[in-house]
Amino acid sequence: MADILLRGGRLVDPAGEADATCDVLISGGRIEAVGTGLDPGRAEVIDVDGAIVAPGFVDTHVHLREPGREDEETIASGSAAAVLGGYTAICAMPNTDPVCDNAAVAEKVAATGSFLGLTQVIPAGSLTQGLQGKHLAAIGEMATCNARVRLFTDDGHGVQDARLLRRAMEYLKGFGAICAEHCDDESLSEGGHMHEGEYSSRLGLRGQPAEAEELALARDIVLARLTGARFHALHVSTARSVAIIRQAKADGLPVTAEATPHHLTLTDACLVDYDTNFKVNPPLRSPHDVEVLRAGLADGTIDNIATDHAPHAAQEKEAEFEAAPPGLIGLETALGVIMGELVEGGLLTLGDMVRRMSTTPARILGLEGQGGPVVPGAWANLVVFDPGARWTVDPGKFASRCRNCPWAGKELVGRVLLTVFQGRVVGRDGQVSTAAPLGAFA
Amino acid sequence: MIKHLLSIDQLSPSQIELVLKTADSFREVGTRTIKKVPILRGRTVCNLFFESSTRTRISFELAAKRLSADVINFTGDARSSLAKGESFKDTAQTLQAMGVDAIVVRHSSAGAPHRLSRWVEASVINAGDGAHEHPTQALLDLYSIREHFPSFDGLRVGIVGDILHSRVARSDVAALTKMGSQVTLVAPPTLIPPAIDSWGAEISYDLEEVLPKLDVVYLLRVQKERQNEQLVPSLREYATFWGLDRRRVDLMKPEAIIMHPGPMNRGVEIAADVADLERSIIIDQVTNGVAVRMSLLYLMLGAADRALEEVPVG
Ligand SMILES: [Zn+2]
Repeated sequence: MADILLRGGRLVDPAGEADATCDVLISGGRIEAVGTGLDPGRAEVIDVDGAIVAPGFVDTHVHLREPGREDEETIASGSAAAVLGGYTAICAMPNTDPVCDNAAVAEKVAATGSFLGLTQVIPAGSLTQGLQGKHLAAIGEMATCNARVRLFTDDGHGVQDARLLRRAMEYLKGFGAICAEHCDDESLSEGGHMHEGEYSSRLGLRGQPAEAEELALARDIVLARLTGARFHALHVSTARSVAIIRQAKADGLPVTAEATPHHLTLTDACLVDYDTNFKVNPPLRSPHDVEVLRAGLADGTIDNIATDHAPHAAQEKEAEFEAAPPGLIGLETALGVIMGELVEGGLLTLGDMVRRMSTTPARILGLEGQGGPVVPGAWANLVVFDPGARWTVDPGKFASRCRNCPWAGKELVGRVLLTVFQGRVVGRDGQVSTAAPLGAFA
Repeated sequence: MIKHLLSIDQLSPSQIELVLKTADSFREVGTRTIKKVPILRGRTVCNLFFESSTRTRISFELAAKRLSADVINFTGDARSSLAKGESFKDTAQTLQAMGVDAIVVRHSSAGAPHRLSRWVEASVINAGDGAHEHPTQALLDLYSIREHFPSFDGLRVGIVGDILHSRVARSDVAALTKMGSQVTLVAPPTLIPPAIDSWGAEISYDLEEVLPKLDVVYLLRVQKERQNEQLVPSLREYATFWGLDRRRVDLMKPEAIIMHPGPMNRGVEIAADVADLERSIIIDQVTNGVAVRMSLLYLMLGAADRALEEVPVG
């Protein structure tokens, strides 16, 4: 493998407490040296002057659709999208067909990801068999198989039965795993196509009240207290959810939470034209919710940013609003949205952003070699981006197989220049490397 | 005039006035022996109905035919579309390929006309979409009110019933407040949509308290499903508190009128004998519907750059 010298970038590495201009020398898949004026020797020199070098982004929440809906996304196309977004690790939700509720599916997903060698693909397992919310899935088998599943969730739905969720939490605790929930009390939200509020009333669409998320989240935290399980709240979207998590953390409970770029930047007002690319679950909320969610992200109540990348086929989105499935894609736009809206907007420093998109999610998922520190001996999983580059989103250029992107045609700030996975340049200037030696990193 | 009519929000007060004034001429056409003018000869209007509504479809059909347009009716099945993901877009593009000039669309899914307008070149007219809007109903309601009151300004209108699911309420509130009327929504709290401060309407749960102040009492249909959804304990209880019966009519101002978009549930929101009172203008609403829809089709399709005076009527 060719050695690489990234010359003259600004290294932003919260885990290593680094923020300085320096060179990074990569050799044999790992960081060889970090410092100024490094001798490249025989390494390929890549001039990254003016760019940011950071540990690669880590996404705790993506939907890769394989197995089952390979027309919408595959592990290969989703991995390629991750590369272009600067992600060196992505956690694949289990709502595939068949469901990832057993070791065989988990190992297949992980092995396919390894074979591709574009990004680290970590399967999440389901909490219940077939996501049916009735019987526990094979949590122990998945946690101990080659895929080492750590995060378990019925994402897409919350587990409605409190007793079953309690048992799931207790059981997975024995394997050091995390219970992650899509917090939603379906008896309140059922049939809702958007956030319940001023806009749902105006548009004549049935809404999902914020309380459906908050009730489920509050219940889950109560159960986390009862069981002592590690709990992670997926795609938190409401103001009071932030308050509930803040209180749980103040109480010393082992709770973490993620928020998505769309919930941090878009509101229910985006739905005025019934554009189905803005239909998502949990739904886009009110401006007040967005404001409080941002404050929660800034003060650390919200631990990490996750995309909830959810590809849907064009023919399914090009339907009546109520008939269209919820979900939007976000791997290739996350940096641009967060840089433009939250970093340029003054809410987060660059270091804060890297912490929430890389360091913290890597710790949540327990990933060795991800999220920094960028120090000699560590795996070279890095992203290099131009923090000031302005670009217009053209979904036609996405590596994802789908186009259901709410930022289509919008100008974003901050563009990925280079993605380095296990010491290899896998993405460069919007192109995924075709020279990837398949299977080299199994 | 506007290209599509998806929502009352798109119309300015002066555009609404223009629609109503133009409808006056067309109302006269409806009283002739030969009720036809050649304004839209050679144009094609398609009634695309994914939800059965014979009344609205016939009203649009008559309006288009009296303007000499060719009319085609296409009945889709919203359930099959919603359930099987069968393409609404394909239907739209098929109609487009056949060269229709206007598509009048009725759909059970809110926003369907918005979706349609992105896929076709033809003008799209919303003939009712889910619980969103029914703009032509609001225009014919304004027209009907205007026949009884000199001005909309300061007029007090009460809209009573299932506001939550009513596209008529949404369009009427928008149109009436735009024209300067004061609207009060009267219903049990379960049938009032959440967070509607921005509608500019007052809210009351007490019909009897509101009735004496109103110039127009507009009753909405209350469907049996609302009982099954636990929004009201029973239709009987609804009628007890919010139904308009003779006793409550006596609380109304002498000159106040009663309206209903139809079809009525006699005995629920309106007592049978109340529907037939002199002050009930429910039948006039139907008549005016044709004239107002003619006016709209004319303004949207036929008269884009012609002055109003040139209308070959009268
Ligand atoms: Zn989810």
